[in-house]
Amino acid sequence: MHSFTYRINSLATFSLTILSVVCMMVSFTDVFNSSPPLLSVKLANVERFQQLRTGNEEAYLAFQIDADLEPAFNWNTKQVFLSIAAEYPSKKNALNQVSLWDRIIQHLDEKHIKLPYVRNKYKLQDQGSHLKNKELNLTMYYHIMPFVGRMRSGSVTFPIKMPSEYISSNPLPSWKAMNPSDFKDAQRKK
Amino acid sequence: MAPHVISETLHSLRTMKKREYIESGISLGMIVSSALIIWKVLMLLTGSESPVVVVLSGSMEPAFYRGDILFLHLGTAPVRVGEVVVFNVDGRDIPIVHRVVKVHERPNLDIEILTKGDNNYGDDTVLYAEGQNWLTKKNIMGRAVGFLPYVGMVTIMMNDYPYVKFLLIGILGLLVITSKE
Repeated sequence: MHSFTYRINSLATFSLTILSVVCMMVSFTDVFNSSPPLLSVKLANVERFQQLRTGNEEAYLAFQIDADLEPAFNWNTKQVFLSIAAEYPSKKNALNQVSLWDRIIQHLDEKHIKLPYVRNKYKLQDQGSHLKNKELNLTMYYHIMPFVGRMRSGSVTFPIKMPSEYISSNPLPSWKAMNPSDFKDAQRKK
Repeated sequence: MAPHVISETLHSLRTMKKREYIESGISLGMIVSSALIIWKVLMLLTGSESPVVVVLSGSMEPAFYRGDILFLHLGTAPVRVGEVVVFNVDGRDIPIVHRVVKVHERPNLDIEILTKGDNNYGDDTVLYAEGQNWLTKKNIMGRAVGFLPYVGMVTIMMNDYPYVKFLLIGILGLLVITSKE
């Protein structure tokens, strides 16, 4: 009962068992310990809206984002993945979901994100030309990734309407003009 | 201490009778088959061909690092944007874990999916097969629903250094055969 192998064996089994129990308990605390974040997305500008030679339409949008992720973070939260997707039905497809912007907020980062004007990371490209005057939903998704355990997610929807005419280049609206350091800050963590 | 363990093991091996050899062979077989049974039951429960995967690349950092383990679940709900999915490219066997960034679903529920790793600059079109611009439902093996860090490092080591695999199996087999429990 005192040989090397027995000792190593029981030590390893014991520590593995304790480790898995602790992991399960930690992941269980998520149930009591987090509430949905407070999110708000507005369409700040449609910078470009055109039809390509392929027949597909594309649009470059800019958003005003206010996301308070503090309620979603607890000690078991490693990061929150925030993304904005445009969702709409069209004549060709029953459902289109196109991701336009995303950001990773880690547990040591600033958790209340206020971006007065941020350009989309990925353009809105349709399969076809169904976007003129389209009422679509800007849905902001949050995906909570824990240190251990179950991943959770949720979303909040904000309806918007696309312009009725193509726009070749819409400059930054002057009443929304920011000083350069704010703009750089807004664009910094893409 | 190590030479003592080895001589102990060799001694047990030499003094075993034929009947004990057969019994330990059977117990080894039982262990292997129960592991297989657990794996297959997990496959049934999660509906996925591969209920547990190891993250092989750093394309989803800082969410998942190389060596993390993901628990998958397929289910019947349609794939939606933002979900972390594991997929196989046509013709390749390596599972890739990335996030869905585009979904185009036809009225007949045929679906076209585009994925992208969080840590990658561009989307996954370069990873798909020749001429394939979208993933379809049959490429998707499951959605990631749970996560354990670091545990998969063993699998990665065994992939990178195959002799570790044989060494590990050899040692485990030896331990099972020589333990008299």
